[in-house]
Amino acid sequence: MHIVVCIKQVPDPSQARIDRETGLVIREGVDKIINPYDLYALEESLRLKEAHDGQVTALSMGPPSAEDVLKDAVAMGVDHGVLLSGRDFAGADTLATSYALALAVQKLESVDLIICGKQAADGDTAQVGPGLAANLDRPHVTEVRKIRHIEEDKMVVERLTDTGYEVIRLSLPAVITVVKEINEPRIPGLRGMMRAKKAQIPAWDAEYIGADPQRLGLKGSPTRVWRTFEPTRHGQGEMLRGTAGEQAVLLWEKLRGRL
Amino acid sequence: MEYFLTEEQQMIKELAARIAEERVKPVAAELDEKEEFPWEIMSILAEADLFRVWVPEEYGGLGGGVFEQALVVEELSKACSGVAVSYAASGLGAFPILLYGSEEQKNRYMPDIASGKRLAAFALTEADAGSDVSAIATTAVKDGDDYVLNGTKQWITNAGDAEIYVVIAVTDKSKGARGSSAFIVEKGTPGLSFGKKEKKLGIRASSTREVILENCRIPKENLLGREGLGFVVAMKTFDKTRPGIGAQAVGIAQGALDVAVNYARERVQFDQPISSFQGVQFMLADMATQTEAARALVYSAAKMADSGVGNISKAAAMAKLFASDVCMKVTVDAVQVLGGYGYMREYPVEKMMRDAKITQIYEGTNQIQRSIIALELVREAARKSRK
Repeated sequence: MHIVVCIKQVPDPSQARIDRETGLVIREGVDKIINPYDLYALEESLRLKEAHDGQVTALSMGPPSAEDVLKDAVAMGVDHGVLLSGRDFAGADTLATSYALALAVQKLESVDLIICGKQAADGDTAQVGPGLAANLDRPHVTEVRKIRHIEEDKMVVERLTDTGYEVIRLSLPAVITVVKEINEPRIPGLRGMMRAKKAQIPAWDAEYIGADPQRLGLKGSPTRVWRTFEPTRHGQGEMLRGTAGEQAVLLWEKLRGRL
Repeated sequence: MEYFLTEEQQMIKELAARIAEERVKPVAAELDEKEEFPWEIMSILAEADLFRVWVPEEYGGLGGGVFEQALVVEELSKACSGVAVSYAASGLGAFPILLYGSEEQKNRYMPDIASGKRLAAFALTEADAGSDVSAIATTAVKDGDDYVLNGTKQWITNAGDAEIYVVIAVTDKSKGARGSSAFIVEKGTPGLSFGKKEKKLGIRASSTREVILENCRIPKENLLGREGLGFVVAMKTFDKTRPGIGAQAVGIAQGALDVAVNYARERVQFDQPISSFQGVQFMLADMATQTEAARALVYSAAKMADSGVGNISKAAAMAKLFASDVCMKVTVDAVQVLGGYGYMREYPVEKMMRDAKITQIYEGTNQIQRSIIALELVREAARKSRK
C-alpha cells in the first residue's frame, strides 16, 4: 500500500499576528511549523503503513524552507519526502495548488490513498484535499474521524458531521482529509530525527511534473483577495459571580431589563 | 548557563523536554494521586528511543552515556520525578550488565533494555542491610549447573514491573563484603515473586516492592563477572548512576523554581506582584544559584563517568550529595514562595517537595556520600604523602 500525505509549512498559529495596516499575516520572526492538522494525516498514514506493510510519501509545495516540514515527516517515520518548489508555483491559490499536487501524485508510483489534514492553519480554506481529488478524478471524503476498514481497492470511513458521523464506503485510490479526533500524533524518536537530518528531499519543478505554467502559481490562480481585515469586536462578555442561585437571580434581572 | 551541548545532546534534551511538557506534566498530579505505574509514558519514552541514549551502539543503543541519560532524567524530573526514576531505574538495573556482563549476557539483555521493551531493576537493599551493604542475608548456593537464591530484597524500584533483575546475594559468608555476587534473574523464574506496592511519601508513580526469592533456581550463566564481585558491581554501578540521581534532583529543583518564579510574577499582594518584594527576590535568586551550581557539578561528574578516567566515586558522590541537598532546600522554599497555595495539591510544588526527600536517601544516604568523599580525600592525601 502506497500512501501519500500532503503537508504544508505554515507560520506557527500560536505566534500569529496580523498587520493592521495591510491586513496581512506577519510572517517575519514567526516560527514556521508543519500545519498542525497535517500531523493527524501523517500519524494515520504511519498507522496504516505499520498495519498493512506499506510505504508513505510526504508531499509538500512551498519555498525551499518547506524542506524542514518534510524532514519532520521523515523523523516521524515516512519513507520519502518530495518538495514541489520553484518560482512557477509561487502565489498559488487552492486551485493552482490542487493542480500542481495532483500532477506530483501522478508522478509517484501506484498511489492507493492520499491523506490531507482537514485544512491549513493559515489559509483555513479546506479546499485543497477535495481539489486534489477532482484533479485526479478520484473519490474523496472530508473530515474523516476514523478509518474503519481498508483493503486493496476499497475503504470504509467515518465522516464527522455537526450532529454525529456518517459511515461512507469509497473505492481506492481515493483522497481523504482527517480531523484531529482521528488519532494522537506520535512524537518522533531520536533515530527518526537522526535519519531525517541525513534525508535527501528531492525538489521537483514545474517542468519535471509536466505542468502547464499558465495553470500554476499566481497566473493559474483566479482567487483575488479583495480586502483582509481584523473583525471588530462588538459588545463585551460579563462574568456573573456568586453562588449558582445568586447568579440565576442576577441573570434574570439583566434579561428582564432587556425585555 | 551555557553547557555547550553537542547537536545530538541538544536533540535528546529537547525531545525529553517536549515529552515532559506534553505527556508527563498533564498527568503528573493524577499519577501521584493514584500511585499508578506510568506504563503509557514508559512506552512513549521507548518509542522516542530515550532508553537507547546511554546504551552502546552494538547493543541497539545510540552510544551516549551517563551524561545523555542525565539530560533525560533532568527534563523528566521537571515534570514528574516518579516517572523519571522509573526510567532511570532501568539504567540502574542495566549498568551492572554493561559493566560486568559477558558479551553473551550483554547481547541477550541489552537490546531489549535499549528498546524499552523490557525494564530492568537493581536489587541490593534488604530490611537489615541498607547503608551497611555487607549485612545482606540473601544467599546464592551453587547446585550443579545452577545457583539457588533465597532471601528478600526490600524497596526495589521497578520491582514487579521490570523483567530483568540484577540481584546481589551472598555466595561465601566467611568473606564478608567480598563474599557477595551479582546475578541476573528474569521475571517469570519459578521462586521469584514480589511484595505489595509500598506506599511512599513521594515519587508515588514509581513502583517500589519487595523482591522475594524462594528457592529461585537460575543457571550459573546468570552470574555477573565472577563470584565475590557483588560488592564491587554495586559500587561501580552507583558510580555510574549517582550523577543520575543528581540530575533528578536538579530537575525537581528547576521545576519548582520555574513554578515559583511564574507565581511570584502573577501573585499580587499589597497592590504589587510579590516578585517586587526583596524578601521573595532573594529567595528566588538563591534557589536559582544553588540549582545552577548543582547542575554544573552533576554535569561535570556525569562527563567524568563517561570519560573513562579511573576513580569517579568522589565526584559521583559529591554530585548526588550536593544536588539532592539543594533540591530539598529549593523545593521547601518554592512551597514558601507560593505560601498557602504551595501547600495545596492544586499546585505542583508540594509534590516536588515530597519527591525531593528521596534524593537525599536512596542510592546511598547523603551521610554515606559524605563518608565516601571523606574516605577518598584521605586516600588521595595518603597517596600523595607516599610519593
